[in-house]
Amino acid sequence: MKLTLHIWRQKNTNAKGHFETYIMDNVIEDMSFLEMLDVLNERLILEGKEPVAFDHDCREGICGACSLTINGIPHGPEKGTTTCQLHMRKFKDGDEIWIEPFRARAFPVIKDLIVDRSAFDRIIQAGGFISVNTGQAPEANSILVPKKNADTAMDAAQCIGCGACVAACPNGAAMLFVAAKVSHFAYLPQGQPERKLRVLKMVEQMQKDGFGNCSNYYECEAACPKQISVKFIALMNRDYLKASFSDEKSELIRNQLA
Amino acid sequence: MILDGKVPTGPITEKWDKHRFEMKLVSPANKRKYKIIIVGTGLAGASAAASLAELGYQVEVFTYHDSPRRAHSIAAQGGINAAKNYPNDGDSIWRLFYDTVKGGDFRARESNVYRLAQVSNNIIDQCVAQGVPFAREYSGYLANRSFGGAQLSRTFYARGQTGQQLLLGAYSAMMRQVGLNKIVLHTKTEMLDLIVINGIARGVVTRNLLTGKIESYVADAVVLATGGYSNVFYLSTNAQACNVTATYRAYKRGAFFANPCFTQIHPTCIPQSGEHQSKLTLMSESLRNDGRVWVPKNPGDKRKPTEIPEEDRDYYLERMYPSYGNLAPRDIASRAAKRVCDEGRGVGPTGNGVYLDFSDAIKRLGKKVIEERYGNLFEMYERITGDNPYETPMMIYPAPHYTMGGLWVDYNLMSNIPGLHVIGEANFSDHGANRLGASALMQGLADGYFILPYTIGHYFATTKLEKVTTDHPEVKKCVQEVQERIKKLMSINGKKTPTQFHRELGKIMWNYCGMSRNEEGLKKALELVPKLRDEFWSNLTIVGEEGDLNIVLEKALRVADFLEFAELMLWDALERNESCGGHFREEHQYPDGEAKRDDENFCHVAAWEYTGIGNKPIRHVEPLVFEYVPLTVRSYK
Ligand SMILES: Cc1cc2nc3c(=O)[nH]c(=O)nc-3n(C[C@H](O)[C@H](O)[C@H](O)COP(=O)(O)OP(=O)(O)OC[C@H]3O[C@@H](n4cnc5c(N)ncnc54)[C@H](O)[C@@H]3O)c2cc1C
Ligand code: FES
Repeated sequence: MKLTLHIWRQKNTNAKGHFETYIMDNVIEDMSFLEMLDVLNERLILEGKEPVAFDHDCREGICGACSLTINGIPHGPEKGTTTCQLHMRKFKDGDEIWIEPFRARAFPVIKDLIVDRSAFDRIIQAGGFISVNTGQAPEANSILVPKKNADTAMDAAQCIGCGACVAACPNGAAMLFVAAKVSHFAYLPQGQPERKLRVLKMVEQMQKDGFGNCSNYYECEAACPKQISVKFIALMNRDYLKASFSDEKSELIRNQLA
Repeated sequence: MILDGKVPTGPITEKWDKHRFEMKLVSPANKRKYKIIIVGTGLAGASAAASLAELGYQVEVFTYHDSPRRAHSIAAQGGINAAKNYPNDGDSIWRLFYDTVKGGDFRARESNVYRLAQVSNNIIDQCVAQGVPFAREYSGYLANRSFGGAQLSRTFYARGQTGQQLLLGAYSAMMRQVGLNKIVLHTKTEMLDLIVINGIARGVVTRNLLTGKIESYVADAVVLATGGYSNVFYLSTNAQACNVTATYRAYKRGAFFANPCFTQIHPTCIPQSGEHQSKLTLMSESLRNDGRVWVPKNPGDKRKPTEIPEEDRDYYLERMYPSYGNLAPRDIASRAAKRVCDEGRGVGPTGNGVYLDFSDAIKRLGKKVIEERYGNLFEMYERITGDNPYETPMMIYPAPHYTMGGLWVDYNLMSNIPGLHVIGEANFSDHGANRLGASALMQGLADGYFILPYTIGHYFATTKLEKVTTDHPEVKKCVQEVQERIKKLMSINGKKTPTQFHRELGKIMWNYCGMSRNEEGLKKALELVPKLRDEFWSNLTIVGEEGDLNIVLEKALRVADFLEFAELMLWDALERNESCGGHFREEHQYPDGEAKRDDENFCHVAAWEYTGIGNKPIRHVEPLVFEYVPLTVRSYK
């Protein structure tokens, strides 16, 4: 099939970006979306032009590296699918496709379609863990987890950290990402001792990094390639509220003043 | 040279304990004075970084990814082994050890494998404590399943995303230390060379992938946790960026590369669909628990799979290996697939495919159970191929997947260059000539959480290190060499892209050094690869600038190293004149087509020493002694 691509090109963070148009002949149904871009890039290199820079790695929908806003939708039109797993059979001959980076205040464009998502690492660094050192662990089966809780924890834990939720949110909020991590631990007995401190620290870091607030648009769930549920945001809000009146909060304030 | 693996003396069951006692310690106050560079943040690198920082060392970590969480370990699907024996089906440390040695076709170091089995249980404990959401029974206890190459259930899993959950566990432990300022993290930074000063590994030269800046870092020890080199085949199940540069550059600086020809071809991947293909997708081996593998009995049978009656089907794995059936080890299952396809019985548009059929399992267990077990894999399959595996069998074919070869290390996970430690898939140590399913995750975490943190201390406590800074002449020289390499690549101004060269290299390697190999083919490839490399250095094109984010240059640097490394792999395959595990030399097989080992001449590790580009490297050996698992013909019949 023949397609017309309008691709966002931007030299660097400070440069002004613009759309450039490329015509693609002979796109094959079995190609993945990124393989189609590979073909374009090979052509550009041979013409002596700079290829389109985009993030990708596993191409299996799990590393969270690929991004792209395709026709206005993060990861494109297919539900529950990352860009790398989107195949060209979802498009038809003659289609025009608009390809942009993930857009969000907290994700500055680095080049073309690549954005800086290091804010996610900083949020995890702030509290997205259980503080257990290597060697401290008790025998695994001494910690029992009801199957239902383990399954729900896994539903939340499968977040791939791609940032589609942020790109989809009109406010550029990172609520779904943070809620997924908070909930993953909240559903497990191992996560209880630090539950309050964790949510306080992660939310605080989220605000520092320039993510917006949640006003319940739920665009995040729709864009999430793993279909992580917004119900986790409700859990996080409850946890945050409770934690805000806890000893942990006072301690946090004391530490910050000191 | 005969290499010494520095294996402790004494009975195998006591070696590790005894060694831990005998190793020298570094006091807590002194640990702070040592700096360790770790390259790679996969399971091996992240677990080592977290553990070493917790102990008090200064740790500096490098990855070419934008976030440590994107390391290729994230893609592991099936599970992780441990000898917990929770199902009470007869497992033990001894049996896991035995299975791994036998599975590796007797080309691994017994003592390392035993230690791996010993610490396997601690790994599960550690991961659970970190909050890894492993699958559970209704009772709340941990669930297990079986995996290829084992007759019992010892695999722990988190849906089809075990690698992801284990990596997120190690990553969060590591990020906690980053937050405590115990680890300095450099993302989007690629190691391009190893700094060796007076024979000791002291640092790395890196390129900042965002700015193109070349920098140097020095430390008291360097740890490589940079994964495997399956992408030498161009098409493999590995992530796009996986490459051999870190280990190959260390090899060029004097580290020995062990058993490079031991590569694993995974039996269950989605077949290639065309020239545009950029990677092959693995369908987890766990599918073989319930899926039955078959091809038509008669060559050229073009009927739809659902229209081929039972009597015209050949469930060849069940027929050839009745006691393991569809769960035969990977190398065996892959070669069997190749054999039936070579007989003209392969299916699909290219004839390079076999069926993996779930209809019996769906009949037996119901669609719901199958969906629960494999739902996400079935969906992935449908997305990629457009076929629905609930209704028609999957089509699969073997693909390069894992590399057992890697830098040579001793029992302490240190290479022959003092100070250079190598962990995870990047080293050669535990899987011999074939890795069993769910054992790579186990090894990566064993190395990082429970072995290196002890052995590296012993290295510091017994080595006198001179003080070095980045002003050292050797450091400056190394930086300059990297800059010159880049200048040279940028100035070729030819007509072919790095990807074109990579694809061509992959074809040569797959055809002559893939699932089966022979002397004639290997010799031919040894002519083709240097020619392709010469063409690369005279006809490559790179666009963009050196001092900028430049994806073409990144790729070119990696392909340049693959083009040299490929030759090393071919030499190893040629000189290992026997068949064993994943290394199948057509000249050496039993009448029924099974691999024929030559224990008299090849019961050893081959570790290669660099002697210059295009020169034949020197082959050193480390003899392997099997005291506990007697050398036998590996039979899965
Ligand atoms: C699709 C798939 C499924 C798998 N499933 C299973 C399974 O179910 N069970 C199992 O046991 N095993 C499985 N494996 C194998 C297993 O995942 C890997 O062997 C293992 O994860 C490797 O871990 P690692 O830490 O050694 O390396 P990796 O996870 O590959 O990490 C390498 C790291 O090194 C960095 N790096 C590399 N080179 C450089 C450089 N030059 N400069 C800077 N950084 C560098 C990368 O950025 C990355 O952080 C699977 C493999 C694949 C491909
Ligand atoms: S490339 Fe890894 S999720 Fe898309």
